[in-house]
Amino acid sequence: MNKELLLTAGIHLLVAIVILGFILFVVMYMIWGLRRIMGFMQVRIGPNRLGWQGLLQTPADALKLLQKEDVIPKGADRWLFTIAPIIVFVPAYMVYVVMPFGDGLIAKDLNIGILYVSAITSIAVIGIVIAGWASNNKWSLLGAFRAAAQLVAYEVPMILALCVPVIFAGSLRMGGIIEAQEGGWFTNWFIFRGYGIPALAFLIYMAAGLAEVNHIPFDIMEAESELVAGFNVEYSGMKFALFFLEEFAAAFTICAIAVTLFFGGWHAPFPFLGENLTGIAKMAVSLFWFLAKTAVFVFVLMWIRATWPRVRVDQLMNFGWKVMIPMGLFILLAAGTVVTLGWVKL
Amino acid sequence: MIAELVIFIILGIVAVSSAFAVILSKNPVYAVLFLVINFFALAMLYLVLSAQFVAFIQILVYAGAIMVLFLFVVMLLNLTGAIESLQDKLPAQRWLAPALGMVLLVEIAVVFLSGFFAQVPEASELPEGFGTSAPVGMLLFSRYVLPFEVTSAVLLIAMVGSIVLAKRRP
Amino acid sequence: MLPAYPYLILSAVLFTTGTLGVLIRRNPIIMFMSIELMLNAANLAFITFARYQQSMDGHVFVFIVMTVAAAEVAVGLGIIVAIFRLRGNINVDELDEMKG
Repeated sequence: MNKELLLTAGIHLLVAIVILGFILFVVMYMIWGLRRIMGFMQVRIGPNRLGWQGLLQTPADALKLLQKEDVIPKGADRWLFTIAPIIVFVPAYMVYVVMPFGDGLIAKDLNIGILYVSAITSIAVIGIVIAGWASNNKWSLLGAFRAAAQLVAYEVPMILALCVPVIFAGSLRMGGIIEAQEGGWFTNWFIFRGYGIPALAFLIYMAAGLAEVNHIPFDIMEAESELVAGFNVEYSGMKFALFFLEEFAAAFTICAIAVTLFFGGWHAPFPFLGENLTGIAKMAVSLFWFLAKTAVFVFVLMWIRATWPRVRVDQLMNFGWKVMIPMGLFILLAAGTVVTLGWVKL
Repeated sequence: MIAELVIFIILGIVAVSSAFAVILSKNPVYAVLFLVINFFALAMLYLVLSAQFVAFIQILVYAGAIMVLFLFVVMLLNLTGAIESLQDKLPAQRWLAPALGMVLLVEIAVVFLSGFFAQVPEASELPEGFGTSAPVGMLLFSRYVLPFEVTSAVLLIAMVGSIVLAKRRP
Repeated sequence: MLPAYPYLILSAVLFTTGTLGVLIRRNPIIMFMSIELMLNAANLAFITFARYQQSMDGHVFVFIVMTVAAAEVAVGLGIIVAIFRLRGNINVDELDEMKG
């Protein structure tokens, strides 16, 4: 073993640990934010006792979950029951390899970034289906069926919508897509360009993204009032915590990818708000803008969660196959047309 | 060289053992999962062979879509065990198969290692951008545009066919 | 960089495994998965040749093979479900009549 190889391995390991810590931190405070914001919207208080404004509530809940007994139901498939939460969590973690946190703050700017994201996130479905099947429980099996049907249906419009900014930027690389939106002013972000085609793509992406992370209007796979808790009804303790962690990490990912593709990534909305910096200052400011924009979308997700009812299964499938996919194909055609004919300045 | 050899050996062992697990496992759900592992090992091998685009398309299409369909059908029909009857109509086949399989293996190996394919050139430096999405797209829409269009017809026919099959007749 | 032979041998072994699966198993779903194994073994050979010939044509073939595999799975699983609905059992040895 030579020194250089060890050093590279060490740096990669350090980056991986930092990202894992970041995910844990963000998820904890997303849960706290969710509970406080939903409390506010439903005219309740929400957790406010432990720590200032209840800031320590989620760490305490996490500790409680870790101490709980790990129940494996009778008749469950022991092996699959144990590995299912891991299959679900690992892809949600792996996506962060290409997450563009800031200028120069990408773990690895793969030249197939967007394809990597959609390929890796599609694996989580297998984990969810396996979890539902291995629990040996009617509710969780029904949840698994719904998950398989829903996630496969909504992956198609999501990828079609992702293609639009890729066509505009001419690159699958995260850094390349963000560079294509640079120029100081917010009017250079894709959402404000291209005759509203990217804006439509953004709407499709967000709707499909909500379905992908089984967020409220589309959370029929764990619909509490119909299926108890769907695929994860038999899970407890650490394994349940992993499902929970995945759900919030994936929600953050959806928002972060939306910011990257449509809202200029780490660029500031106005040139005088930190475009002309260099070095560490530039990194810090770009990280701030990325996180700030993502936080806005996370807030919108919570807002949706507090206000919208859940759709029915048949409505969900109809909407997916008869509305989202034709619309996705249409915007793909439209984007290809305007770019090929040179109607947009790239 | 050494690093690539080690990676190849690990991935090769994973691929071959998971392939055998697929064809030997009693429970179809396990078979599906072993097949997913096999596809992952192959995707990693594609990465080693600098075919990044194809590697991730492999994960997206196989692990993300095809295997979910398999799982869905296995669970829908609840095929866990018991459907494979012990009375084989062709009992000799089970014993003959490995022998003939060895013959097939030797045959493929001979074809690969001799004659035409022996002219495989030694590894050398790759052109810039090999294996990324742009060259694949250029080829698909220039030299292989006809096969590409035929593929879309195949997909359309498959779509119509599966809808016809799934439709309940009154 | 390794020579091409190890990859080609691996592809041959995987292909043979798939063939064996089709021959010795009577569960149509597992037979189907064995066919997928064979397709993937062929893909590995394509990618290997593409790498060593330094031409990307093999990647295009793999792309088309994957599309065909997806179409095949959709129709094949549809057929399996239809047979199961009709007969309540899907042992391929008993599916030897030409009429439904």
